[in-house]
Amino acid sequence: MTTETSQSGSGRFSAFVPVLLFAVLLIVFAITLIKIGSNRLDIREIKSPLIGKPVPAFDLPSLNQPGARVSNAGLSGRAYVVNVWGTWCPECRAEHETLLRIAKDGQVSLIGIDWSDDAQLAQRWLQQLGNPYEQVASDVEGQAAVDFGVYGAPETFLVSADGVVLHKHLGALSWEDWQKEFVPLMVAAAKPVAGSSL
Amino acid sequence: MKLRYGWLLVIASLWFSLASAVDTQEAFTDPVKQARYEAMTHELRCPKCQNNSIADSDAGIASNLRVQLKALIAAGKSDEEIRAYMTARYSDFVLYNPPVTPRTYLLWASPLLLVLGGLGLAARSIVKRARMIDDGEAIEDSDSATEQGS
Repeated sequence: MTTETSQSGSGRFSAFVPVLLFAVLLIVFAITLIKIGSNRLDIREIKSPLIGKPVPAFDLPSLNQPGARVSNAGLSGRAYVVNVWGTWCPECRAEHETLLRIAKDGQVSLIGIDWSDDAQLAQRWLQQLGNPYEQVASDVEGQAAVDFGVYGAPETFLVSADGVVLHKHLGALSWEDWQKEFVPLMVAAAKPVAGSSL
Repeated sequence: MKLRYGWLLVIASLWFSLASAVDTQEAFTDPVKQARYEAMTHELRCPKCQNNSIADSDAGIASNLRVQLKALIAAGKSDEEIRAYMTARYSDFVLYNPPVTPRTYLLWASPLLLVLGGLGLAARSIVKRARMIDDGEAIEDSDSATEQGS
């Protein structure tokens, strides 16, 4: 008699197991969707294997200075930001104001990589919207873009003075993104140098 | 019946004509290299569109990667070297056939775990049912016993 009631009790409980599992699934899905909705999770984002590694070597023709080259060797010894863009990319238009503001702010130089683009269109873009870049490279073949692991322009990388990739931002960069993601890293990267000089 | 197969043929031919129109690169003259190229374009995942291989995608980056792939094969790189080249830039995400690493143990083990879990559940319900039948017989026995007794 006693065994019979305990068996039916566990039977009643196990009937709820699928319901509980379903509820857990629903909660996981809801949390994920809320994260996506509030931009805390980007499902397109692939973690860059470049972070903490030396910046990929590049040596490309300049977009706007005939005969000049833009290369990582020419930039060594100082921190810089690499921004991969193209005139075919609507999100690049969206972040252009932010880039101009960063350039005006003057904390760090912006290096543009114009990816798979028409040079004339790109030059007109910079003339009309303003040029935030200290140097702009023309990467028609996409060699540098592939070396940087770029897959969806715009993408923005922070490179330290000793040539290490510190951060990558995927998609249009807002001023808030810049303040939150890039500025603290630049401050942190600058500190050890200040400390060693003391 | 005949009509249905005809439809399949039309759909298949349309599908393959679409798929082949994406890749505009000139083929290798060496059939071995061309076969490797085709196999690799289907094994490498387009990082931009994420649910296409670079053979199927017309995204700019897929085309860039096909150019790189062709250059790497032409330069005599092995498939393993090419995979290393791609994952150094795009992580294991670019591989439709991810390597077994601590991060992918669960992924690779999941089919086995699911089968074992299913077997476990099946075993449990079989044992339970067997016990219920035994209990039923026992009840019948005791019933007949009481009947006999009364």
